[in-house]
Amino acid sequence: MKPAPFDYHRPGSLAEALAILAGEPGAKVLAGGQSLVPLLSMRLAAPAALVDINGLPDLDAVTVTDDGVRVGALARHADVLASTAAAERQPLLGMALAHVAHATIRNRGTTVGSLVHADAASELPVVLRLLGGSVDVASVGGTRTIAADDLYLGPLESSVAPDEIATSAWFPALEPGAGVAFDEVARRHGDYALCGVAAVVRVEGDRVVSARAGFVSVADLPTVVDVTDALTTVDAAALADLGDVVLPHLDPADDVHATADYRAQLVRVLTARVVGTAYDRARERGTAR
Amino acid sequence: MSDTRHDVRLSVNGVGHDVSVPARRLLSDALRHDLGLTGTHVGCEHGVCGACTVLLDGRPVRACLMLAVSAVGCEITTVEGLARDDGSLGPVQQAFAECHGLQCGFCTPGFLTTITAGLADNPTPTHEECRDMIAGNLCRCTGYQNIVRAVERAAELIAEEGEAS
Ligand SMILES: Cc1cc2nc3c(=O)[nH]c(=O)nc-3n(C[C@H](O)[C@H](O)[C@H](O)COP(=O)(O)OP(=O)(O)OC[C@H]3O[C@@H](n4cnc5c(N)ncnc54)[C@H](O)[C@@H]3O)c2cc1C
Ligand code: FES
Ligand code: FES
Repeated sequence: MKPAPFDYHRPGSLAEALAILAGEPGAKVLAGGQSLVPLLSMRLAAPAALVDINGLPDLDAVTVTDDGVRVGALARHADVLASTAAAERQPLLGMALAHVAHATIRNRGTTVGSLVHADAASELPVVLRLLGGSVDVASVGGTRTIAADDLYLGPLESSVAPDEIATSAWFPALEPGAGVAFDEVARRHGDYALCGVAAVVRVEGDRVVSARAGFVSVADLPTVVDVTDALTTVDAAALADLGDVVLPHLDPADDVHATADYRAQLVRVLTARVVGTAYDRARERGTAR
Repeated sequence: MSDTRHDVRLSVNGVGHDVSVPARRLLSDALRHDLGLTGTHVGCEHGVCGACTVLLDGRPVRACLMLAVSAVGCEITTVEGLARDDGSLGPVQQAFAECHGLQCGFCTPGFLTTITAGLADNPTPTHEECRDMIAGNLCRCTGYQNIVRAVERAAELIAEEGEAS
């Protein structure tokens, strides 16, 4: 398995990189290569040129402020996972990253690359949507911010244009009164999930103000479902019923790894578990203050 | 589209090598074919098996998922770089020999590099952490039990050396 030939550029500045992309419509950005290089080797992708952004300065920072976590385009999954400040500000980010591939892949793969790659089997796109985050992109024409809800157009298709480079992603901080949780089932630890569920639940006292769940690997797009109305009372029965609330929004499919029925069953079990855990954590935080 | 060659300097096991490679040359192939360092094995070529794992500035990465041209400016360590200066086995290699951590040996270079970096990070891993350390590498022969034992033994050997020096 060898990639087809391509022209290779390794610009030293963002401006130079953007100029090359503007001048070569068939060019693709190379970040960590953990998704792109396999596609090249299997010849599922054969771009005319690659613009390697690994030589660009100042893009590898993980910056934590009161409002959230900003992840630069060259921050590797491992760098984000290692940031205790990031984990404190938005715990869902680290919870999800721990399920992204193996440590060796995380050493090279970038968090922003994973968001742009737009794989519905990836953990981070759904986390970005669930948190209401965004991605900043640049082109020779200027910069813009794409809200997570506008980022995903189709399977492996994001709204980042071919002449744009995503420079950073923004994950908002955990809100007061909110709890988060993540869990997934995979064939082996580190594999893509058969089904993954993330949740953010916000409470006032014991009452649920807002509850949303995000789903990995059981729909064509990273999908978030609002389940607030199904949780006027929170008990085991209400949590168990959430599966039937969310499944109409999802489309679990058959493949060599699992049947659609099994994936649907994972949706039921994981949704109850993850939303329940997020609810408990939200209440714990409420009483801790 | 072109197969233009790029002149790059790869720093491998502390030695600089000037090579001229097309951009599409994978790092795994550059190591094996251009530099003759055939210790790095190639199994799946899509990141899954871990046989090609090398250290990039000390961190394990898949050599089959990197372009050689993209490795400029990085210090690469392959399995050939894990032996001691006098050519005898390094601690992780020795632990594999003692614990029968290999059979056919195809997967071994990837395990050795991964564990070398893993123990540098965490010199006193628990049994569970030893298992976790190698979770991204596949072995079709051993059943992993002896590899986990080798991780624990390597940690002992490294600790003993630390005390002795
Ligand atoms: C064995 C294996 C297991 C894996 N398991 C998982 C898993 O369980 N969950 C998971 O989420 N991922 C998994 N991955 C994928 C991994 O997370 C990748 O790191 C990630 O999907 C892509 O990031 P990258 O930096 O490697 O991007 P690349 O592979 O370099 O690029 C991917 C795509 O995004 C584009 N792109 C990347 N960065 C930018 C940018 N800054 N601006 C514009 N376009 C950009 C590229 O042009 C390309 O189209 C796995 C990979 C492997 C090899
Ligand atoms: S050959 Fe690189 S991971 Fe299998
Ligand atoms: S020893 Fe044969 S594959 Fe591991």
